[in-house]
Amino acid sequence: MANQAMGRSFLQAMTAVEEVAPPLRVVQMEGLAVLKIIKHCKEFSPALVTGQLLGLDVGSVLEVTNCFPFPTREEDEELEADGANYQLEMMRCLREVNVDNNTVGWYQSTLLGSFQTAELIETFMNYQENIRRCVCIIYDPSRSNQGVVALKALRLSDSFMDLYRSNNFNGEKLREKKLSWVDVFEEIPIKVSNSALISAFMTELEPDSPVTQCDFDRLKLSSAPFMERNLEFLIECMDDLTAEQNKFQYYYRNLSRQQAQQQVWLQKRRQENMQRKAAGEEPLPEEDPSNPIFKPIVEPSRLDSYLITNQISNYCNQVNGAAGQGFSKLYLMKALHEN
Amino acid sequence: MATAATTSSKQTVLQYPGAAPSVSARIHPVVLFNICDAFVRRPDQAGRVIGTLLGSTSSDGTVEIKNSYVVPHNESADQVALDIDYHHNMFVSHQKVNPKEVIVGWFSTGFGVSGGSSLIHEFYSREVQNPIHLTVDTGFTNGEASIKAYVSANLTLGDRQLAAHFQEIPLDMRLIEAERVGFDLLKNTSVDKIPNDLEGMESSMERLYTLINDVYKYVDDVVEGRVQGDNNIGRFIAEALASLPKLSPAAFDKVFNDKIQDNLSLVYLSSLTRTQLSIAEKLNTAAQIL
Repeated sequence: MANQAMGRSFLQAMTAVEEVAPPLRVVQMEGLAVLKIIKHCKEFSPALVTGQLLGLDVGSVLEVTNCFPFPTREEDEELEADGANYQLEMMRCLREVNVDNNTVGWYQSTLLGSFQTAELIETFMNYQENIRRCVCIIYDPSRSNQGVVALKALRLSDSFMDLYRSNNFNGEKLREKKLSWVDVFEEIPIKVSNSALISAFMTELEPDSPVTQCDFDRLKLSSAPFMERNLEFLIECMDDLTAEQNKFQYYYRNLSRQQAQQQVWLQKRRQENMQRKAAGEEPLPEEDPSNPIFKPIVEPSRLDSYLITNQISNYCNQVNGAAGQGFSKLYLMKALHEN
Repeated sequence: MATAATTSSKQTVLQYPGAAPSVSARIHPVVLFNICDAFVRRPDQAGRVIGTLLGSTSSDGTVEIKNSYVVPHNESADQVALDIDYHHNMFVSHQKVNPKEVIVGWFSTGFGVSGGSSLIHEFYSREVQNPIHLTVDTGFTNGEASIKAYVSANLTLGDRQLAAHFQEIPLDMRLIEAERVGFDLLKNTSVDKIPNDLEGMESSMERLYTLINDVYKYVDDVVEGRVQGDNNIGRFIAEALASLPKLSPAAFDKVFNDKIQDNLSLVYLSSLTRTQLSIAEKLNTAAQIL
């Protein structure tokens, strides 16, 4: 009886350990982290920079309380050890002053939203090995000229991560899992929080003018350069997408041609075998792995096309947003002119 | 700003540089946020927080304070100990990211300048030529947020240094980045979501509308004689109105319609692209029929 009770409690203990963490619903950032990210990305724009996020993982909220920038690495390989040293040094120093020195992800700047690359996914997978929940914050300094705080929190969806680990991106697998390009990245809403002290300071220091720089940026009429660059990127991406589609078409054509060849060869073999049987000899095998027409053709990975589709849809969204703003501004101008 | 002692004169004179310092400082909001955050996280026995200021000096003597980091220190009644190694390590690390940011001074929380501060200031003046001392009053004494910057001048009597005189210098809070992010996001203790383009547009338009209303009411009041008109304000209003470009209605309509058509075609193009994307997706993952 005692053994059984102990056995059950052991089992319970084991199952208790495996409880699933609540899904990540919101990323809570401190104003300090937001400002630091903006400062770092803007200083080095248009070069792309990255940095580390520090914070706490609490229930369904991922809190980001601080961050520090990474130095821009040259192409030298020997600087990799330097990079790791820098990170360790920073974390150690920050721990001494009571900053949460728990890595919860990284941030990177982007140019007009072209951040969905294979490197991003790889970095995600690397981080995911060590940290249970990590998030990537993307900041777009070029969009903030439009008056929008272009901060986004991303993570890879779980189904995509499983698929990536198995490194298998062909058609049936994807259809099985019903994974479409929308499911690759998950965007998580961002909340901003500030300590009471800094909120008191900001309230005191807020200038009395009712109009801020943000408003000036938003009401600017010249959105043409932004749109032009967006469209340029969009066109490039469409070219990439057609290239990918051509790859697939080529693959399918090759595949069907190979199948036809295989059939022809099989027929010939069968005829030969019938002749041999009539002559009383050994039938030849119906398969011949050494024949090059039986070599399986590798199906091209769909990962790139997914990423490109994501990028294109991002550009489309941006164009839509900017065009919507443009409409309101134009109608405002019209009303002003009539007066 | 001389601090020289008199040489070889029989009389020693108390040297006091009475000239106002020609230095002024500008501080970015990141620094303020960092300092407040460090203050909130300070260890329990520390009364205040001390750290280094990083930034750059421009040629006309304006010092821009762009970044900062906290340095652990120990303070008792008669002595102050600063962790110099930590300070150097952090500085080297920060230099790796941004080699242009150099040490420009140091900060401490608390109101006013205390005795220990002069020792720390001396340490920092060994690092940089004329360090700026920034005090951020987190205790809100006097009921207001006071952020002050000082440079120090030494009072010398003969060869001996008597005291350090901290003179306040003008401090300019450049809040442009904070404005860009939006004071709503930075002021409240918690904001539920970052406003996206259209919501931000809406709030800007509302503000513009209230502004125009205010101006309209003011002009009405002046015309009716209720309020004494101020010539300067009148001139500003006239300037603002005159800056609207004068286009004939036909020209304006043409420009307006062109712009609207451009925008519409962009929206159409982007919807077309999305339809194309969904078709491409279907083709890519279609089942092979062989």
